[in-house]
Amino acid sequence: MRLKNTILTWWRLIAGGYVKRHVLEIWRLTYPPAISLTTRVGLGLSVLLFAVAVACQSGKSVDPTPVTPGGGITYQTTPVTLRKPANFPEMAYDLTKNPLTVEGVALGKTLFYDPLLSRDTSISCGFCHQQFAGFGHSDHPLSHGIGGKFGTRNVPGLENLAWGREFFWDGGVTSLDELPISPIQNAVEMDLKFSEALNRVQKNPKYPALFNAAFGSDTVTTARFLKAISQFLLTLVSADSRYDKYVRKEAGGDLSPDELAGLTVFQQKCTTCHATDLFTDRSYRNNGLSVGAINDQGRHAITLNESDRLKFRVPSLRNVEKTFPYMHDGRFATLDQVLNHYTSGVKDSPTLDPALKVNGQLGIALTDTEKKQVIAFLKTLTDDAFISNRSFSAN
Amino acid sequence: MKKTIIVGLLASIGLGLAVFSCHTNDTPNPTITGRMRIAFDNVAGTSDLALNSGTYQNAVGESFTVTKFNYFVSNIHLRKDDGSDYVVPQDSCYFLIQEEKPASQTITLSNVPTGNYTGMTFVVGVDSTRSLADISKRTGVLDPGLNDGMYWEWNSGYIFLKLEGISNVAPAAQNNAFFYHIGGFGGGYNGKKTINNLRTITVPFKTDVAKVQNNATPSIQLKTNVLSLFNGTTKLSIAQNSSVMFDPFSTNIADNYGQMFSYDRIQANQ
Repeated sequence: MRLKNTILTWWRLIAGGYVKRHVLEIWRLTYPPAISLTTRVGLGLSVLLFAVAVACQSGKSVDPTPVTPGGGITYQTTPVTLRKPANFPEMAYDLTKNPLTVEGVALGKTLFYDPLLSRDTSISCGFCHQQFAGFGHSDHPLSHGIGGKFGTRNVPGLENLAWGREFFWDGGVTSLDELPISPIQNAVEMDLKFSEALNRVQKNPKYPALFNAAFGSDTVTTARFLKAISQFLLTLVSADSRYDKYVRKEAGGDLSPDELAGLTVFQQKCTTCHATDLFTDRSYRNNGLSVGAINDQGRHAITLNESDRLKFRVPSLRNVEKTFPYMHDGRFATLDQVLNHYTSGVKDSPTLDPALKVNGQLGIALTDTEKKQVIAFLKTLTDDAFISNRSFSAN
Repeated sequence: MKKTIIVGLLASIGLGLAVFSCHTNDTPNPTITGRMRIAFDNVAGTSDLALNSGTYQNAVGESFTVTKFNYFVSNIHLRKDDGSDYVVPQDSCYFLIQEEKPASQTITLSNVPTGNYTGMTFVVGVDSTRSLADISKRTGVLDPGLNDGMYWEWNSGYIFLKLEGISNVAPAAQNNAFFYHIGGFGGGYNGKKTINNLRTITVPFKTDVAKVQNNATPSIQLKTNVLSLFNGTTKLSIAQNSSVMFDPFSTNIADNYGQMFSYDRIQANQ
């Protein structure tokens, strides 16, 4: 109570501008000699720190909902609270730097599905990231983009991006807000100079209203364009598979005996890498694939560290049933082939992940029954609500 | 009781200082200021650099033509004659010098405290803090989408220096073109640092003094010698290294561009 009164008294006096003249007097008033010196010093310092914090903040507060001057029109955005599933770890994305709004997400979705962002206006982001395939590109080992050209890697599915710190198979992009520049400019994907993409969006009649609604003016800047796409991508939260319901003890979370057995095997043999309910520890590992003709060195191209040769990001297994084919180059068409690789196909090399060479034995020991059980379990990670959510679909 | 008063007094003084110091941040700096210009004159030895037309020769005897020459200059510190430094504020201290854009070759620093300046330091490249800053803090020449290809979008980071040209010793399969795209801010991955090609350049103004006054804007004339990029600590051979981008060898080229700048003269009032 005394502390509260103290702070209040100080606050009133600071606010009133009397501080410089009356500090000593206030000190005497608020601290009669009844309290011990230590307490007084402690209290005094707390108040001092508080006062400094208040003083330094004044005049620099930022209105979270900007208002556009001129024309008598104010704009008001509707905040969106990003869902944080109970069984997920902490998010990595700093939402305070890009608060989600209904209007921002809508703009981002329009951009995501707009083929205007490719050189010949034939390919949108959604062309390669198809919702029915967990926002991957099913059935194509290597991504193909503009003019039927091929890239060198398989399209990763998009989900739970707020939990990612680095992106792409090699982690070369370190911020979600920079990610779209890469596919837009990539010569075999969308092949459009980013400045031209902004220019096209600025001139297209459907965008002024969308930018106005999201940002209070129709000016198209790099930051606005990218943050709007981030906002849409961040909403792609996949957390309603049968497995999630099982873990959270929700209705519809029943797993069959085979699936439960598969979960047990999975927990024993796979969670070193496919950790947490994101099903990836987001690390980069060499999982013993033979080096293909493309000779992709993976993470090494980004860090130039010898120890990173042939390492690729551990992918999430969410919606894995839908995101075939598998591996960074899409070399395996089925989950059976993937598990056969881990049991009998692992190739040794200097950077092979230690988890795949325990006691000199290459790979992971799994019986045929265990493989079937693991696959049964992996299919419980299919999130039909995510795959059919209309709010993620093209309008 | 006496102790209480002393503690109280100290706290009051502390608070007063805190309030006072915060207050000054919000009011215009009363120091009288002027402007300084820094002009980067790109040359090849004793010749002015001429894109697409001039033919030059490096120390290993290879002749070449330059088709593009861009570099970032940032983090400028100006040295005063009393030994103190004026540090140009971060938010207005990133410049992209482009040979194809003459206007970009002269930069103007505003709000420079008046005084006599005897030298400067700057960094070639974009430091790690700014390289990783929120996208909305990277506008103008730092805009990754609009800075004329001075950004690696596949491996997030700025290209600090870009030199491209033609030489008959460069592979025919590359249309005899050579490429030096040098960047790398020493980003950390799993505790390991990647290549760091930021280089700090120190330029004393010899015996000259740049006098900044509110009615006098001195212009520091620097020369950027593209031949130094080939003829530094490493003798760069186009035939042997016709295409250097994000590569361990790039640090040799960075060491060379660390020696590329020289002071020429001061033009007293521009």
